[in-house]
Amino acid sequence: MNRRRFFGFLQKEFRHIFRDRRTMLILFGMPIVQILLFGFAITNEIKNVNVAVLDKAHDDVSHDITNRILSSEYFHLYQNLNSEKEIETAFQSGKVKVVVVFENNLAKNIYSKNIGNIQIISDATDPNTANTIVAYTRAILLNYQQDLNKGSKPPAIIQTEVRMWFNEELKGVYLFVPGVMTIIMMLVSAMMTSISLAREKETGTLEALMVSPLKSWQVILGKVIPYLVLSFSITLVTLGLSMFVFHVPIRGNIFLLLGEVLLFVITALSFGILISSIAPNQMAAMLISMMGLMLPTIILSGYIFPIDNMPVPLQVISNIIPARWFISMLRDIMLKGAGWSVVWKDTCVLAFMAVVFLFLASRRFKMKLR
Amino acid sequence: MKQETENIIEAIDLEKKFGSFTAVNKISFQVKRGEVFGFLGANGAGKTTAIKMLIGLWSPTSGKATVAGYDLFTEANQIRKNIGYMAQRFSLYEDLTVIENIQFYGGIYGLRKNILKERAEELISELGMESFRKELIKNIPLGWKQKLALSVAMIHKPKIVFLDEPTSGVDPITRRQFWDLIYKAAEKGTTIFVTTHYMDESEYCDRVSIMVDGRIEALDTPSQLKKQFNAESMDEVFLKLARPTGIQI
Amino acid sequence: MNERVIATNITKSFRSTKALDAVSFSVNEGELFGFIGPDGAGKSTLFRILTTVMNADSGDALVDGFHLKDEIAVRSRVGYMPGKFSLYPDLSVQENLEFFAKVFGTTVQENYSIIKEIYVRLEPFKDRRAGKLSGGMKQKLALCCALIHKPRVLFLDEPTTGVDPVSRREFWEMLGRLKQSGLTILVSTPYMDEASRCDRVALIQKGKILDIDPPGVITKKFPLHVIAVKSDNMQKLRKDILKVEDAESVYGFGEFLHIAMKKENSSTEKIEFFLKQQGHQHTEVKIIEAGIEDCFMHLMEKS
Repeated sequence: MNRRRFFGFLQKEFRHIFRDRRTMLILFGMPIVQILLFGFAITNEIKNVNVAVLDKAHDDVSHDITNRILSSEYFHLYQNLNSEKEIETAFQSGKVKVVVVFENNLAKNIYSKNIGNIQIISDATDPNTANTIVAYTRAILLNYQQDLNKGSKPPAIIQTEVRMWFNEELKGVYLFVPGVMTIIMMLVSAMMTSISLAREKETGTLEALMVSPLKSWQVILGKVIPYLVLSFSITLVTLGLSMFVFHVPIRGNIFLLLGEVLLFVITALSFGILISSIAPNQMAAMLISMMGLMLPTIILSGYIFPIDNMPVPLQVISNIIPARWFISMLRDIMLKGAGWSVVWKDTCVLAFMAVVFLFLASRRFKMKLR
Repeated sequence: MKQETENIIEAIDLEKKFGSFTAVNKISFQVKRGEVFGFLGANGAGKTTAIKMLIGLWSPTSGKATVAGYDLFTEANQIRKNIGYMAQRFSLYEDLTVIENIQFYGGIYGLRKNILKERAEELISELGMESFRKELIKNIPLGWKQKLALSVAMIHKPKIVFLDEPTSGVDPITRRQFWDLIYKAAEKGTTIFVTTHYMDESEYCDRVSIMVDGRIEALDTPSQLKKQFNAESMDEVFLKLARPTGIQI
Repeated sequence: MNERVIATNITKSFRSTKALDAVSFSVNEGELFGFIGPDGAGKSTLFRILTTVMNADSGDALVDGFHLKDEIAVRSRVGYMPGKFSLYPDLSVQENLEFFAKVFGTTVQENYSIIKEIYVRLEPFKDRRAGKLSGGMKQKLALCCALIHKPRVLFLDEPTTGVDPVSRREFWEMLGRLKQSGLTILVSTPYMDEASRCDRVALIQKGKILDIDPPGVITKKFPLHVIAVKSDNMQKLRKDILKVEDAESVYGFGEFLHIAMKKENSSTEKIEFFLKQQGHQHTEVKIIEAGIEDCFMHLMEKS
């Protein structure tokens, strides 16, 4: 008898979900769009940066260096400048991101005084890009310098070789896939659950359920299971897409990964129940999950902004954001191939949070009106 | 009975279709200036749709109508300036005070500051709500809310007020006080267009129309209607008209 | 007689407002018991407490022999239809019914006989989504859902509010037939004219019960004379009537005005004469039996 009741409830929940085509479309469409966006459009890679050259030297060295810069795939000569005055206009046009200035008599200075000055000026309105561009340019200059020194014996030069591990090509999509997955899970689990419960409050059906022999845990479970299934399948779609379209690797154990996903979904679901026990209607449920959950998750989880670059107070706060632990674990497992020995600590933190929120949610959610 | 001949609402073959469903089926009627006009009908008979057309919220599918002298199709904006509307769930802001609500509604109807101030004082003293003026709407009793909502709907001295089930759920004394307000407004020449589920209230109207399945099936004074349908009360008239013969929906 | 609901001193406050103030009453088996009162009188709160959806601050009740504390026992014995028709708008008529049957651990087939009479009218629309039904149909479906587990006591919170007079009348006819099957029904309504449909009514206002009795008894008890007055000029009459001496109250009732007067002072001749003086014609002045609404207003004024 009892089981029939529960399955009746489950059936109804799935009906709600599948009947609401628009929401389903959004839920499955959003991760796909986001992954595609991050994969194709938004990227931190440097390619075809417009460079302007102010060559006051016009000698072998300046020509050599210019050629080297332009022969790399990163840079593209936009214009040759004739004076310092033109630098500002070049930047203001918005097309030029970096200007390389060669001093007068560059070759002469290098051969006679052993010092040649080359100035790299970059448009730092976007500091991240500017840094990357400058680093690339410098690398080319260093390279040239090494070649120059090849003939002479000392001075010995320390060679630095930079390699980007785990993401050799610096692909943005690698970094963002775990983040997108997290956001979607949060959205489906926490927000959808809380809205679906709040809707029952609004229509008065919750009151009708309260007088039924359904226990509160049955109602909670009945609300949780469908959304668990839903967010799990959306996660699989997201993962599949990023693997097969963008070749995002999963270096670690896939089952460990899915286990962590499950743990996080449970945490998010208990959040959802907690929210719905507070929110009087759908509108409020939506607002609370947006402002109270989604926003901190997006901003403080390291999804977009690296936690190490945050001011200390925010770093401390980020510790109580479940997504922070989850995203870091995802990156460890997917990109670094880390195993249980690495992620067990984070897992414990997340598990602790799940237990606390689940406890709070089941305490607050009563089959009673206040 | 008023003998004025000027029609403040004139509808000819007014029709509204939603897809294949005809909500309002070519209704024609006139409402005279200063009249208390009862607009009755069962749920789903098309009352609300008809009202929403008359106040310019929905445009009719076909037909002709003038409200307060303006054409429903071409001058909907003018109509809105000259009418008042009180929805089923009255449209006062629960988290504003009495005086703030009055000021807000006066403001959106473009009353000048000094006129508004005067009007607000007049309104509060007329309702006897001096002690409530700075009280939040959610804290004042339902009956007062309803009376205030009516006065606010008339703050710009409209020619017609549309009232959609203004008294549902109100206690019997407040209900009557509310009708006293309606009479007062009517005496001043405001036309009242009212829907209600209380059949005794339909007796308070000068004329009553009864809608069934999108059509106006009867329109006359309450006493004439009772004669016409050989009924003791308006309740009986309504039942005789509105109880469908076929399958009950 | 067998008492199905016995409530004693049920009290409930929300912040500073007292929603229910020591409410006591009892309802007999197979009785159709009405709570009549305006919005905010405390009807919904009372029903929520009696169906264990809400806790009372103090007081207790026995519902079909079980204390409110014994939630599971009470819940399995009551049927409850909350104020807003509690249906899932995105589920079809049949799916709604089946869902409530399953949740209560039964099937539609098992208890079909109880709802059959009401449900046959919905059957042609059984695949329509509940959100697309008319008010009257929603009301009937909600009733079916509240009945499907064969409750012993049925609580209907304002089932006729906002529903047109035709549907209302039909609904009461249905309740009358359900009662015949031995079901105990408690129903609340803001419509005073519906009192006559009940075996007994409780008039409730501001959390207090003003009176409990069969509607006929309540009206008999009315201590004053009600004089119905009508003339050719009702607008003038409404003003003139206020000058009638010894009138306790004057209220409009449909096409008449009701004047309540102490029995010893009332005289139709005196009023008729007065109206003639004021220039009224075609006057009708008669002593009538008080209605529930007369009584309710009288009790409201007294309290």
